[in-house]
Amino acid sequence: MSDDAMRGRSVARENPAHRVVVTGLGVVAPNGCGLENYTEALRTGVSGIRHIPLLEELKFACTVGGIPQGIDAMSEEYFHPEELLAMNSSHLYGCIAAVDAWMDAGLERPDPADDHVNWETGAIIGTGIGGLDTAGEKLIPFVDAGRVRRLGSTMVEQVMGSGVSARVAGLLSLGNQVTSNSSACSTGTEAIIEGCQRIRAGLAERMLCGGTEGSSHYAWAGFDSMRVLCRSHNDEPEKASRPLSASAGGFVPGSGAAILHLESLKSAQERGARIYAEVLGGAINCGGHRRGGSMTAPNADGVQRCVRDAVADAAIDPEEIDAISGHLTATGADPKEVASWAKALERSPENFPVITSTKSMIGHALGAAGALESVACVLMLREGFVHPAINCEDVHPEIEKFSASIPHEVREMPGLNTMIKAGFGFGDVNACAIFRRWAD
Amino acid sequence: MTRDEIFAKVVEIVKPYVKNEDALAAVADDTNILEDLKVNSARLVDIILNFEDEFDIEVEDEDADAVNTVGDAVALIQEKLS
Repeated sequence: MSDDAMRGRSVARENPAHRVVVTGLGVVAPNGCGLENYTEALRTGVSGIRHIPLLEELKFACTVGGIPQGIDAMSEEYFHPEELLAMNSSHLYGCIAAVDAWMDAGLERPDPADDHVNWETGAIIGTGIGGLDTAGEKLIPFVDAGRVRRLGSTMVEQVMGSGVSARVAGLLSLGNQVTSNSSACSTGTEAIIEGCQRIRAGLAERMLCGGTEGSSHYAWAGFDSMRVLCRSHNDEPEKASRPLSASAGGFVPGSGAAILHLESLKSAQERGARIYAEVLGGAINCGGHRRGGSMTAPNADGVQRCVRDAVADAAIDPEEIDAISGHLTATGADPKEVASWAKALERSPENFPVITSTKSMIGHALGAAGALESVACVLMLREGFVHPAINCEDVHPEIEKFSASIPHEVREMPGLNTMIKAGFGFGDVNACAIFRRWAD
Repeated sequence: MTRDEIFAKVVEIVKPYVKNEDALAAVADDTNILEDLKVNSARLVDIILNFEDEFDIEVEDEDADAVNTVGDAVALIQEKLS
């Protein structure tokens, strides 16, 4: 970004209508549902990875995964029976997180009989793969058996790309843009940036943004066959997700959802909302499948450019970044990612920010990952700590020089002020967001 | 199966789709499924499929289209069973 553009952003930051803050959070994660449980699990390094018997039965090479627990009981509490008949796991996670973020923002869940529409609130809730459980368990077997007539009315809304955001719109009577983005593993981070930009542009006052990914072996099978899932720790599920580690052998499939209630500072101040953090800025790009980039590998120049653009958009000095929430999946890409962070932020191993990986505890929730990790950033900024990156006692040799920046136990950082979060995805796509603790 | 038994089963099948609980509490033959019980019209397809499973009958599209009230549904099922 040019200096002029940067000055433009700085000037824009003086106008509360153009500043975007986080005023509500909702999370459904394999290691904890709800903010209290998730914060505690992150702080204490609790893994949500478990053995999944179905994967073993179906001869997956990776038989562990991250699945949020206690969803059935929560679902009955949150949703009408008629709604439940048309909600797969991706919908349940995403809608629980959205309702929680809404309530956490101090808003009341609307009565279905009340015809008030929230014209100034929208949603961008993405998914990487979507409702493959519905497709695999019902749609495809029924159609192949010539039983199309028996599918009923609930198929389309469960497999359509925008199914989750559409359901959330009805639950919360949203009247602004309601859509679902999809950009593989950068989806969740991208949704937050897009929502932030919409509010900055003055097109919405409030946006529910994030991602959701269902628990479906059909979604995970392709990754297993690509041999990118961890197959070395099936007998020790909690140790299977090993980002930054020399013994990292692939990612652990995860699932869940997280939603951030973004709001213009003006709106938040007018209604006296509790503010967690400010979204200082962000950037989204693609490496064009060039310079080493491909459908499945990132162009390092694209990654670094995305990080630099995010820093410029936030109108901060890279020195101000205290901690990095990496994409860090536990594949061979981890060392390259760390090198890209160092280059883009112009930070040497000696003054490198703290760097951590939420995936070490929850696995890789694909389209939800960036949202789950962004919620973790906001919670850590609020409470002044960086959660551990578990299972990397044996730091990868190429990352070893950054060892001092990797927390193996929780790192209390009362001065934690600014965090940067990136997500990278198949298609050579990148998204990077910067959050700052809100000081009243 | 008596008419009362069919009526009770129909109400049980419709129940999860009902958005107006008060109307369900006062359900009668002339209760309109869409207008009174506030069932989403798209879900009528699912309700008919559930009738087919519960009573082991087949309901043609034209017959399904003629079901407006709970009484209509009971009458249709009675006719299919006889």
